[in-house]
Amino acid sequence: MEFWRIPFDANEIDITLGEVYILDDRCKGCGYCIEFCPRQVLQISDKFNKKGYHPPVVVNPESCVNCHYCEVICAEFAIYSVEAVSCPNKN
Amino acid sequence: MASVNRPNKQQNHPLDDLIRKDRIPHIWCPGCGIGTIFASCLTAIKECVATGKNGFDLDKFVMVSGIGCSGRAAGYVKLDSFHTTHGRAIPFATGLKLANRDLNVIVFSGDGDLFAIGGNHFIHAARRNINITVICVNNLNYGMTGGQVAATTPYNAKTTTTPAGNAENPFSLPLLAYASGATYVARWTMLHTRDLTVSINEALSKKGFSFIEVLSPCPVNYGRRNKEKPLETLKLYQEKSIIKNGADPSELDIDMEKGIILGKFVDIDKPTHSEKYDKLYRIE
Repeated sequence: MEFWRIPFDANEIDITLGEVYILDDRCKGCGYCIEFCPRQVLQISDKFNKKGYHPPVVVNPESCVNCHYCEVICAEFAIYSVEAVSCPNKN
Repeated sequence: MASVNRPNKQQNHPLDDLIRKDRIPHIWCPGCGIGTIFASCLTAIKECVATGKNGFDLDKFVMVSGIGCSGRAAGYVKLDSFHTTHGRAIPFATGLKLANRDLNVIVFSGDGDLFAIGGNHFIHAARRNINITVICVNNLNYGMTGGQVAATTPYNAKTTTTPAGNAENPFSLPLLAYASGATYVARWTMLHTRDLTVSINEALSKKGFSFIEVLSPCPVNYGRRNKEKPLETLKLYQEKSIIKNGADPSELDIDMEKGIILGKFVDIDKPTHSEKYDKLYRIE
């Protein structure tokens, strides 16, 4: 993330990482999760699900900060994110 | 880049324990907001139970809904639920609450059901201050029957029955609720999901008649005739909404030109119907 001014404790803050799970067969392809993801993690895929819709696909997994917005905006209970545990000795 | 431990693949959506999974995918169209509002309602219920205050218990929650697209919610929730006749969700909920005061009754229904055929029941339940929570999904038309003009359709909007534009004035639902005596009145859109969840949570804890109006796109019936794609409707909500808590209920008309005012408008304390009844008829 680019900061206009870098906070003093930017190096100490651990940004949460998330991992997005998509239940393809529940998706109806409305695209809300793709449009409103603040970190552009998702993209519409070319594949079809059982009902003939294009579910989203994770294209940018390391950008996800586990904000759960895709989970709360999804009308189909088809997407959710869980916290990915980052290793403490990161550089 | 930090190395990341991926947790084991978890196959369950966090709300899977509150929905009837065998009924999913539900009937709501792609782009419809009812699913989001329904999920937000379930999240609020879950949060209420998790805090454990006011003796909230999942077995004590009841969801009542009427007829229409949003009326289907009662069929998808894995709690005690009741899918009632058209417009009569509030009378059934009133009966439930009067018969068993321990229940937390949520009415989840649409604008056509609650304000057209059930309009009288709504104002009288608010007048009596029955201790229930009413969540109204407002999609500005009768979605399930094919997009006819409703009591909430804005002026000049095109519907199946008003092909040249609606000549009538719509109801302002928060004003109606306020004027009838509701103790908690709020309005959100389905895009403001987190505010909505907080609001439903407050409404559930509130003693008295709580009413939350939630604007939702209806891409198939309303959006198609008014040249609004579902994403455009959400962008409109994003750009045109003004959050103004405590706004004067008389200025809450839905006018996309001026902007739609969202927020919590009324939050007052009044004795509920049961308390007043007990004072006169159940003297200890």
